[in-house]
Amino acid sequence: MTEITTAQSQPARASWFGWGTFGHYFPFLVLLIVGLALPLFAGGYWGVIATRAWVYWVLVAGLNLLVGFAGQLAIGWVALLTLGAYTASVLAAGNVLPAIHPYLALGVAGVVGAVFGLIIGLPALRLRTFYFAITTLGFATIVTQIALAWASVTGGGVGVPGPLFPPPFDSPWGFYYFCFAFAAVCTWMTMNIAASRFGRALTAIRDAEVAAEACGISKPKLLVAVFLFSGALAAIAGGLFASLQSYITPDAFTVELSVLFFIGVLIGGRGSILGPLLGTILLTVLPEFAAPLVAWSTFLYAVLLLVIVLAIPGGIAELLDFKNRRPLKSDRAIVPRPELLPRLLGPAKDSGALTLEQVRLSFGGVHAVDGLDLTISPGQIHGLIGPNGSGKTTTLNVISGYYTPQQGVAKLNGTVLTTLAHHARAQMRIARTFQTPRLVGEASVLENVMIGGTIDGQGTFAESLLSLPRHRADEAKLRDAAMLALSAVGLEQLAAVRTDRLQHSELRFIEIARALMLRPTFLLLDEPAAGLSAEEIRRLGALVVAIAQSGTGVLLVEHHADLIFDICHHVTVLNLGKTLAAGTPAEIRSHREVVNAYLGG
Amino acid sequence: MVESIVLSGVAIGCIYALIGVTYNVMFSASRVFSFTAGTLGMIGGVLGSLFIARMGMPAPLGFLLALAGGALLGVITEIVAVRPVLKSLDQHLYVLSTLALALMVQQFTAIEWSTEPQPFPRLFDIERGGFDQVYWLPMLACVVVIVGLELLYRYTLVGHAFLAIAEDNYAARALGLPERGLRLASFALAGAIGALAGFAGGQLLLAFFANAPMLTFYGFVPVALGGMGNNRGAVVAGLILGLFQQAANFLVGGIFASVAVFTAFIFVLLAFPDGLAGASAQRRV
Repeated sequence: MTEITTAQSQPARASWFGWGTFGHYFPFLVLLIVGLALPLFAGGYWGVIATRAWVYWVLVAGLNLLVGFAGQLAIGWVALLTLGAYTASVLAAGNVLPAIHPYLALGVAGVVGAVFGLIIGLPALRLRTFYFAITTLGFATIVTQIALAWASVTGGGVGVPGPLFPPPFDSPWGFYYFCFAFAAVCTWMTMNIAASRFGRALTAIRDAEVAAEACGISKPKLLVAVFLFSGALAAIAGGLFASLQSYITPDAFTVELSVLFFIGVLIGGRGSILGPLLGTILLTVLPEFAAPLVAWSTFLYAVLLLVIVLAIPGGIAELLDFKNRRPLKSDRAIVPRPELLPRLLGPAKDSGALTLEQVRLSFGGVHAVDGLDLTISPGQIHGLIGPNGSGKTTTLNVISGYYTPQQGVAKLNGTVLTTLAHHARAQMRIARTFQTPRLVGEASVLENVMIGGTIDGQGTFAESLLSLPRHRADEAKLRDAAMLALSAVGLEQLAAVRTDRLQHSELRFIEIARALMLRPTFLLLDEPAAGLSAEEIRRLGALVVAIAQSGTGVLLVEHHADLIFDICHHVTVLNLGKTLAAGTPAEIRSHREVVNAYLGG
Repeated sequence: MVESIVLSGVAIGCIYALIGVTYNVMFSASRVFSFTAGTLGMIGGVLGSLFIARMGMPAPLGFLLALAGGALLGVITEIVAVRPVLKSLDQHLYVLSTLALALMVQQFTAIEWSTEPQPFPRLFDIERGGFDQVYWLPMLACVVVIVGLELLYRYTLVGHAFLAIAEDNYAARALGLPERGLRLASFALAGAIGALAGFAGGQLLLAFFANAPMLTFYGFVPVALGGMGNNRGAVVAGLILGLFQQAANFLVGGIFASVAVFTAFIFVLLAFPDGLAGASAQRRV
């Protein structure tokens, strides 16, 4: 049995590690070789341009995680370049303290950048996107003003010389290789993050924040790591930039530069490393071919930004995504294999019951839930039905923590849930799906399912950056579990496909696979059968029964009465936030009021 | 000294408040915070200086043309940068279309007008010390706009329609309101208000392209602190901001005044993410 299933899940894995992987790394290899061999075929002038491109990329690589992956509008990130440039220059020149070694100055700049990256980033943890964009813009203006005004340290409008690195990095080509090395390491590190549970969690925060929380992803914790990292890279880029310019004044750090970095990410495409890398190179080199237009460069960047946003929101990454242009089979069917569930979910756990006690919640004058008692036992399927507006989804949201009840509590095995943070539910092994599937459209199906297992990783953000053994073990484990979950719901052939290409019914099953990644003790399903065909509903029913048999308690909110009566052990009927009836399916089916109010004669 | 702090503080505060109202009018109609709000203010000042000082038009004509220019830019914002992205508003990056447009206008102004601040003409030939037109023009503009908007929203059919689409876009459309036309009209109105702010504050801020990002930032502070879509809140917060900034300016000097304003803004926002007057809404799942 085990043998057969492993063999069956092989083909998808083979394509994952075969040509696909090589195709993925090939462009980077070409860039690496061209970058290393550049002095052989390019003159000194192009060396300076290329050095600049690599310096910019050090910043953009970090910014890419922030903008392209996490979706944060850090428009004024140039502030950190300014900060890093001045920190490194002032320390190396000895304007305030005794002069220190340029390497040390660069390192200190990195630390300062990380700290200020975090400070600028803090508002993003609490505020809406546009607010954050405006605060970074404000910060960028202020940093330049301070650089101009604080003449005793920064030289004011006159400026300060940039740090000069000792041999062999003092010659133009020596410095080129110095910057190239930084760029290569940054590329490698951000690729590691992109391919880690942290990178996937960032895209989940960007595109499906609520689902990310349900998977136990803590947005503040994750963003803090990214702000520290992006801030450090931007400031190090600043130190390199100051050295490249050999002399810096506040004029060098314009809004134009910030826009350039931002467009570099956007033109490359969201959630990609290669795209923004090519975008940065393109934007650095482009002005060399358009010298007469140099006064209009910011204007042209702005035009470019408008064109990207309106016409090619996917950027270069989407243009290069050949794999996802191949048509999908149109007659594909979802064939779940419930027999795989025991392997995925492990032995049944004795978790105690999930209970709601006298939960009351009203919005204005509307009593959405009005004194509800509910007990869901492990291994049982509990159906929750009722007309629209009777409080079914609200009940689910109380358990998930999106709503805080005005009275009453939700408990798991005696532990009060209602006071915990949203993302703490996943730690208690409570998983859920949503009425409208909430997935990352630009990520592959496999990646989406892997997001469900985020909290089971052991490695830290730093370990993922450097691709240390624990990170690789995490990834292998998550990938295997996700393939197994996909096989269990019957979608393993689509593992490598971009999620936004799939049909609605497939998205519903992906959400179930993602929820199963938590090895849940309780699974909350919000209208999983909506939009499914009769045959798919039957298969869904068999899958849910198998999930319950493995020891998981299921709370099923549904309108398909047939499905409810077929598979549930216990049914609660809600009306206007109150329990109208509760009992076995047979009891409910003969309950006069329910039949009159809801099921119809 | 106190008198001049209060005078300039209130005057600057009125300009910020008007830019805040510009944000609000666009936001109510489209749920988009547009980066062009400050650009509209900048354009009001530059067009006023261009028409009256450089081209020698009579002040009333220059005033009307400057407002018309602002309204036109508002309409262009709606057509070019807002309408195409309304479908995908949940994807944060799309609001950048308004940033792109704002930068284009700003750079065009820098190149074709001037990169240096240009003088803005005095509109009334009356010499008086103290309470000068420099100060009372922005205040007057602010009062006129706030009273005008209140009357518009409360007593006119168009005003009711504006409120309806701000409250519930779908429901308003289902009622048969011409949602598209109303949105366009809102953006024209916002454009005129923004230009009025820049025009009335022209003698204070001068005709300078870099006023655009400055106003985009300082004009958003009243919106954030007063609560989204809340014009009265914007005026109160704008006045507080103006007074605070000018007081800090006089007491600790320009640069540190900026730092003080920025720091205060961040701390207040972190403490009250929905503004000083706003109530937090529970999320929909």
